[in-house]
Amino acid sequence: MLYLDEQFRVKVGLAEMLKGGVIMDVTNAEQAVIAEKAGAAAVMALERVPADIRKEGGVARMAPVSKIREIMSAVSIPVMAKARIGHFMEARVLEALKVDYIDESEVLTPADEEHHIDKRAFKTPFVCGARNLGEALRRIAEGAAMIRTKGEAGSGNIVEAVRHMRTIMKEIKQLTVLGKEELASEAKRLQAPLELVQYVAEHGKLPVPNFSAGGIATPADAALVMQLGAEAVFVGSGIFKSSDPEARARAIVKATTYYNDPEKLLEASEELGMGMPGIDVSKLSETELLQTRGW
Amino acid sequence: MTIGVLALQGDFAAHCEALKRLGVAARQVRSSTDLDGIDGLIIPGGESTTMLKLLQDEGMFESLQAFGSAKPIFGTCAGAILLAKNVTSPEQPSLKLVDIDVERNAYGRQIDSRVVMLDGKVEAVFIRAPIIRRVGDRARILLRYNGDPVLVQDGLHLVSTFHPELTANLSIHQMFVDKVAQLTSRKNSPPAGPAKDHDESPSVGSRKEPSSPKS
Repeated sequence: MLYLDEQFRVKVGLAEMLKGGVIMDVTNAEQAVIAEKAGAAAVMALERVPADIRKEGGVARMAPVSKIREIMSAVSIPVMAKARIGHFMEARVLEALKVDYIDESEVLTPADEEHHIDKRAFKTPFVCGARNLGEALRRIAEGAAMIRTKGEAGSGNIVEAVRHMRTIMKEIKQLTVLGKEELASEAKRLQAPLELVQYVAEHGKLPVPNFSAGGIATPADAALVMQLGAEAVFVGSGIFKSSDPEARARAIVKATTYYNDPEKLLEASEELGMGMPGIDVSKLSETELLQTRGW
Repeated sequence: MTIGVLALQGDFAAHCEALKRLGVAARQVRSSTDLDGIDGLIIPGGESTTMLKLLQDEGMFESLQAFGSAKPIFGTCAGAILLAKNVTSPEQPSLKLVDIDVERNAYGRQIDSRVVMLDGKVEAVFIRAPIIRRVGDRARILLRYNGDPVLVQDGLHLVSTFHPELTANLSIHQMFVDKVAQLTSRKNSPPAGPAKDHDESPSVGSRKEPSSPKS
């Protein structure tokens, strides 16, 4: 089966190593060094953080190669980079560049409104966003070795990340109590391969690690999604759009490790300065939402 | 007997699962006080820079050194980096409990990560793995890959540059558990006859399941 073959295990292996960690969005080497020193488990290289993409508009593409290379040579931790949904040639460039993980991301402007990248054709592992179990399993079927809930990137608002994590965890739990004969119709409803639906029903979890993204801005936000079942967190605009990125990066790392310890969480929440400005997601129009990109 | 698993970051849950399958009580360790009463410790795979930062910030660096002076520690990948005497690529502080020098990310980036069979019996998963560049005279090399040491015992401690916690083969965890059990029972009962040299040859076998639960 797909999720047991050797190459897939190597891809999932790196996701396993990132568990309990924080993956931080960075746009240059200087930010990458700040992230690494603060304890980031990995960095995500991109041209603009989601909050700026939202504000400035235009087409958001893969980051310039020179920027990614600069970030890769500045830090010793894994470097991920984003490719547009369906843009398998941006992904090929990232693979040739030897980035450690590719994020086929709704934060960038989609290149294909019907098809995602065939991720099994790559040796480099992929992470993809999902809002519910069906979407997560479709991405895994295409070869994603890590799932992150989408949330609403660049909003500084945790509500969508919570909604998506709760949805996936609930749908997983529901599968575990169904009879074997009920799984085929569930697979049809979820629009996902039966084989993956059976795996989730049997194991009570996805066959790949499940991280959280899209709206995490404070240490308490990180602890909240960890409590809800996230195995690690992605922080985009939340760090470098705050008043003191270094302190906030350290605090979110600490909160992710000690998500079950309110005393430590309190320590992490002291003297942080101002968080990034937030957006009421319910006031955004459908076309302004990033999470609805992809299917 | 209880074995702790350092749970600051990384694949600590996979190690806890391996211990559980061997019938050994596991405890997640996130502070110095969590070290009280455990008989051995596993430092998992993950990002060594992240773990190092948290160890230093939370005042656990010295307590781990003190723990390791008396009790066994098993480090996999990032764990091996943290236990080493010297770390390069880049240089970073380490616990210096195991007499090896390691070079981080020495095989390359993720695209160079791999699964291989060692000695035809141990499946080894290497993820952005380090290479052990020097092994001290007292330390013993138990397994090699491409000529480089990948499993090394130095006195009380065991290090691997690969991830036995990501495979079904429990033989390396069993080897560590046996070492901890041996020391725990020696401490609890008066020695009968001449003490055995604790550096006797452990065997790296292909045992998949425990024959009897350990306590």
